[in-house]
Amino acid sequence: MINISEVIETNKMVTNENLDVRTITIGISLLDCACDDLDRFCDKIYERITTTAKDLVKVGKDIENEYGVPIVNKRISITPISLVAGGCCKSIDDYVTVAKTLDRAAGTVGVNFLGGFSALCSKGMTKAEELLIRSIPRALAETDLVCSSVNVGSTKTGLDMDAIRLMGQIIKETAELSDMGCAKLVVFCNAPDDNPFMAGAFHGVTEGDAIINVGVSGPGVVKAALEECRGASFEVLCETIKKTAFKITRVGQLVAQEASKRLGIPFGIIDLSLAPTPAVGDSVAEILEEIGLEKVGAPGTTAALAMLNDQVKKGGVMASSYVGGLSGAFIPVSEDHGMIEAAASGDLCIEKLEAMTCVCSVGLDMIAIPGKTPASSISGMIADEAAIGMVNQKTTAVRVIPVKGKDVGDTVEFGGLLGFAPIMPINKNSCEAFISRKGRIPAPIHSFKN
Amino acid sequence: MNKAVITVVGKDTVGIIAKVCTYLAGKNINILDISQTIVGGYFNMMMIVDITNAESIFGDVASDMKALGEEIGVIIRIQKEEIFTKMHRL
Repeated sequence: MINISEVIETNKMVTNENLDVRTITIGISLLDCACDDLDRFCDKIYERITTTAKDLVKVGKDIENEYGVPIVNKRISITPISLVAGGCCKSIDDYVTVAKTLDRAAGTVGVNFLGGFSALCSKGMTKAEELLIRSIPRALAETDLVCSSVNVGSTKTGLDMDAIRLMGQIIKETAELSDMGCAKLVVFCNAPDDNPFMAGAFHGVTEGDAIINVGVSGPGVVKAALEECRGASFEVLCETIKKTAFKITRVGQLVAQEASKRLGIPFGIIDLSLAPTPAVGDSVAEILEEIGLEKVGAPGTTAALAMLNDQVKKGGVMASSYVGGLSGAFIPVSEDHGMIEAAASGDLCIEKLEAMTCVCSVGLDMIAIPGKTPASSISGMIADEAAIGMVNQKTTAVRVIPVKGKDVGDTVEFGGLLGFAPIMPINKNSCEAFISRKGRIPAPIHSFKN
Repeated sequence: MNKAVITVVGKDTVGIIAKVCTYLAGKNINILDISQTIVGGYFNMMMIVDITNAESIFGDVASDMKALGEEIGVIIRIQKEEIFTKMHRL
């Protein structure tokens, strides 16, 4: 039988250390909604989403109340729209109409976000994909809950440099049209099909009709556990992280199984990602500092993060029958109190963050850059990140925000879980001639495993 | 058997257990185990209860427990047992 110290430990994780289930995300396939009439298509996707996810928010709240663990977000991911809307969307306006329909469907069921206004063009763009990408700035400006992602490369296909060049311009346009648009837009290499986290969630074509994916967080729990082993060996450190990750993931597994049972939708994966929030005590940077860095960005940061990421995965894999998505540590600058401080004091630069993305689960995330940054430089940043992902056979992503009218030294406020960020300087030298080249970068030699 | 864990955290006063037990008896909820300890100066009590034959739905019991806690001046929560067994047992 369970004992009182175990009960106290669990409840302390929730009340003092910000343990939460970050999201229950329902993945919904829209593949069979494809048709050649825009109005009919919009009716079909609205119907499919509002029917499949109608009980999601209620079930989420019930589980939260019964087990006493907060479930912060309820979300939906859908089949990338470019795959299903090509037959009926012939203009940017058409795609914006689809985005508004998705926004309305998300509002009707009461979810926090809906992801999948997406295009997968790792080797080349179809006309539909290019049109969808060109509609992103307006789609994100004219909706509240829709998130967008574009996959521009993979280890198997190489990098689509035409898409990367276009995304630099699209990110600039998105920033022009709305303050929050870029926070809802992520550019991937090796995008996973089952990621429950926004802004990059979509329901991959390899998935079934509907699936429940759960994202668990808990950087505060890991930090609190590490406070108990200051000065201990790496063996003790790693064991502590692993055990803590195990416990956190088991909570996610329970929530996922319950949600799956109550909604009658199969369980997909648990994504154990240490996802920070701007709250003190809910920060990945603080974990790295607890491991022994004066401030995140100091020499040793990449090694500490590599170890953290790996131990989180090892603990998580043991705890759940299916672990997927991104699983590891997120390093979004504006969403992490420790990262914000280090960036503001100049102790953490984009180049160091780029190095960190080689060993953590995602990429350059929620980074505010000067509004005057040329589109080609943004494309260059995307190409760098995508190359890291391609060569290292991992997911990488870019979610940068060129802030209109602001420059290094200013800060920008996103609000809520998205936090605030200092505008970070980027290298001023041009990569225009590199980015202007047409075509794609071939897949690396180690991708030929057949 | 459907088990739940009730926790009481706060300043120790006369009659906490009595009041909780009286409420549970009224709802046909059987107490399987009680333990208590002091952590950081606060009174912590845990009860493992059987809610299989409870006469109210779980959500109502949870809000009643919360209200009872507010009346006594402590925090009372009820959670289904699986959250603890999943986390602490292989």
